[in-house]
Amino acid sequence: MNVKLIVWRQKNPSTPGSMKEYEAKNIPKEASFLEMLDIVNEELIEKNEEPIAFEHDCREGICGSCGMMINGKAHGGFRTATCQIHMRQFQDGDTIWVEPFRARAFPIIRDLIVDRTAMDSVMQSGGFISAPTGCAPDANAIPIPKDVAEYSMDAAECIGCGACVAQCPNGAGQLFTAAKVSHLGLLPQGQAERYVRADNMVTTMEEYFGGCSNFRECEAVCPKSISTDFIARLNRDYLKAQFLPKKPSGKFKNE
Amino acid sequence: MELKSAIPPGPLAQKWTSAKFTNKLVNPANKRKFDVIVVGAGLAGASAAATLGELGYKVTCIVYHDSPRRAHSIAAQGGINAAKNYQNDGDSVHRLFYDTIKGGDFRAREANVHRLAEVSVDIIDQCVAQGVPFAREYGGMLDNRSFGGAQVSRTFYARGQTGQQLLLGAYSALSRQIGLGNVKMITRTEVQDIVVVDGKARGVVCRDLVSGKVYSLAGDAVVLGTGGYAPVFYLSTNAKYSNCTAIWRAHRRGALFANPCYTQIHPTCIPQTGDFQSKLTLMSESLRNDGRVWVPKKQADCAKPPGSIAEADRDYYLERKYPSYGNLAPRDISSRAAKEACDDGRGVGPGGRGVYLDFSEAIGRLGKNVIAERYGNLFTMYHEITDENPYDVPMRIYPAAHYTMGGLWVDYNLMSNLEGLFVIGEANFSDHGANRLGASALMQGLADGYFVLPYTIGNYLVPMMGKKVATDRPEFKAAEAEVADRTKKLLSTGGKKSAEAYWRDLGKIMWEKSGMARDAAGLKAARSEIAALREEYWKNVKVLGAGDEPNQALEKASRVADFFELAELMVVDGLAREESAGGHFRTEHQTEEGEAKRNDEEFSYVSAWEWKGVGAEPQLHKEPLVYEEVKLATRSYK
Repeated sequence: MNVKLIVWRQKNPSTPGSMKEYEAKNIPKEASFLEMLDIVNEELIEKNEEPIAFEHDCREGICGSCGMMINGKAHGGFRTATCQIHMRQFQDGDTIWVEPFRARAFPIIRDLIVDRTAMDSVMQSGGFISAPTGCAPDANAIPIPKDVAEYSMDAAECIGCGACVAQCPNGAGQLFTAAKVSHLGLLPQGQAERYVRADNMVTTMEEYFGGCSNFRECEAVCPKSISTDFIARLNRDYLKAQFLPKKPSGKFKNE
Repeated sequence: MELKSAIPPGPLAQKWTSAKFTNKLVNPANKRKFDVIVVGAGLAGASAAATLGELGYKVTCIVYHDSPRRAHSIAAQGGINAAKNYQNDGDSVHRLFYDTIKGGDFRAREANVHRLAEVSVDIIDQCVAQGVPFAREYGGMLDNRSFGGAQVSRTFYARGQTGQQLLLGAYSALSRQIGLGNVKMITRTEVQDIVVVDGKARGVVCRDLVSGKVYSLAGDAVVLGTGGYAPVFYLSTNAKYSNCTAIWRAHRRGALFANPCYTQIHPTCIPQTGDFQSKLTLMSESLRNDGRVWVPKKQADCAKPPGSIAEADRDYYLERKYPSYGNLAPRDISSRAAKEACDDGRGVGPGGRGVYLDFSEAIGRLGKNVIAERYGNLFTMYHEITDENPYDVPMRIYPAAHYTMGGLWVDYNLMSNLEGLFVIGEANFSDHGANRLGASALMQGLADGYFVLPYTIGNYLVPMMGKKVATDRPEFKAAEAEVADRTKKLLSTGGKKSAEAYWRDLGKIMWEKSGMARDAAGLKAARSEIAALREEYWKNVKVLGAGDEPNQALEKASRVADFFELAELMVVDGLAREESAGGHFRTEHQTEEGEAKRNDEEFSYVSAWEWKGVGAEPQLHKEPLVYEEVKLATRSYK
């Protein structure tokens, strides 16, 4: 099959970019979207043009490296990671627009590569259970009902790709943050820090990301189908945290 | 050179306990005076960096990804082994130890493997405490499943995403240490050389992948947790960025490379569909708990739809050949059996390179819901990639390069012969012998990072107190200059062929001549083909763009260059090992039934190779394998 690509090209973070047109010819329909880009890139090198830079790694939909706006939607709106999109999902002769993830929190590094360190910053402010190596009790000491473990796992599946942020008209980081806060906050071992965690992570999130106004575009593109119910849960934990007794320093009294 | 394995004296089961006591300790107040550089943040690197940070060391962790949550450990699907015996089915530390030694075809170090089995139980406790949502029974207790090469259920799992959940656990612990300021995280940076000062590893040379800047970092010890080298085959189940650069540069600086020919070809991967393909996708071994592997008995049936082939005309070859382990025969054996069936003209799918993995019996017995709960995400992934629904038609699978048991040589303390250089996880050679059992890679990565290295590194560091080196020393400057020169060379060949194209060529040689089955003639031919291709590469590789801006083609070209040199060593090692063991199957050495035939008299040793220069003959050093506990036996799964 043949498709026309219109791709954002930008040499480095400080040089302005623009959309460029490319022909992708004789692409097998079994090829993945990224393999189609590989083929285009090999042809570009042949013509002495620099290949299109895009982030990718595992190509199994789990590492969260890949991600781009395809026809205006994060991961093309296929609710899967970009590496799991296949060309059979397009028609011969299609024109496909390919842009980097769009969000103020994700500055462009080159072409389709963006900087997502803001998500790591949110994690570093509370996305953990403080359980240093060696201090753990026996793994079966705390029974966790199957439904609770499964629900926690639903949130824990987040691959940290940033599609939720890119798709949100506000560039909000709520779905990502909610996934982590819920994964840990649902488990018995995550209770000690439950409200501190929500408070700290939301505070950091708001430094980098826009506010959530319940468009729910994030859920519509999430490759792991993380539910916006978790955002409601995040808001509940965050709200509750505001009413818990705090020291004058603003920290929780139980810290 | 004498290889000192540093295995503690005493009975096997007491060795680790006694080592923990005899190892010197660093006083808590002194720990912050030591700088430790950890390269890589997969299961091994992230767990090590986090734990060393918790202990109080000053840690710098370097990754080429944008975040320490992306390493390929994340793609491990099926599970992690531990000798918890929660199922009351006869498991024990000793049984896990024995299964691992036997699974590795009696080519691993007893003491290391026993320690691995001992700490396996702590790993599960630690992960649960961190919030890893392992699968549970209705009563709230942890669930287990079975994996290849074991007759007990000792594998803990989180749906089909166990590696992801374990890595996110380690990443959380690491994030906490980064937030607390105990670990300095450097992302989008590749380590391109190891700096040796007075015979000790004292730092690394980094290349910033955004600005192209080359600079050094000095430390009191360097830890490599940079994974394996399966992408030397081009098509593998590994991630596209996975590479051998850090361990290879360490090798060139004097670290010995052990057992490079021990590579694992995983039996259950989605078969290749065309030449455009960039990687292969694994379908977890856990699927063989409920899936049955078969091919048609008659060649004429291969093109028919599988549903139309009568039960009597199907050859469930694993169940037939290995009745006691059946579909859960170990990976090397299952892979070779699949190859045999396809070589016999009974393969299915495009090119006849595939066998069926059939769930219809399990769906009939357990219902679709139970199967979906156990393997839902794997079935979805298979469906997305192949456009076939495995609930309705059997999966088609074929072996693919997956894991490398070989790696840098390390002693019992996980330190290479290059003092101060520690190597953990898949990057070292230590625990899996000639074949790794399923669900043991996650176990080893976390064992090394959480529970072994943090105990052994202090012993090395104690006498290093107050002996800092600075990066303005000539050794650092020389290494930086070499890295910069190499980049310049790759950018200025004026060549005509892309690094990707060369990588494919290399992979083809390796897969055909150093893959599932090898022989002397093929390996010899491979060696000269690789050498010729390597020489051509440096004259004709085409890398566009500049070195001072983000340049993925340049990164790839540098990694492929290292794969060439490593490939040559793999072939040399394969040629020197005149026996079959685990993943290394020399067709000249097989039993009448076509099983691997070891030669314990002559080859019961670890091959540790010393670098002698590009294209030069590497020097072999042997570490004899001494078995005190286990009796060497022919591995049988019948």
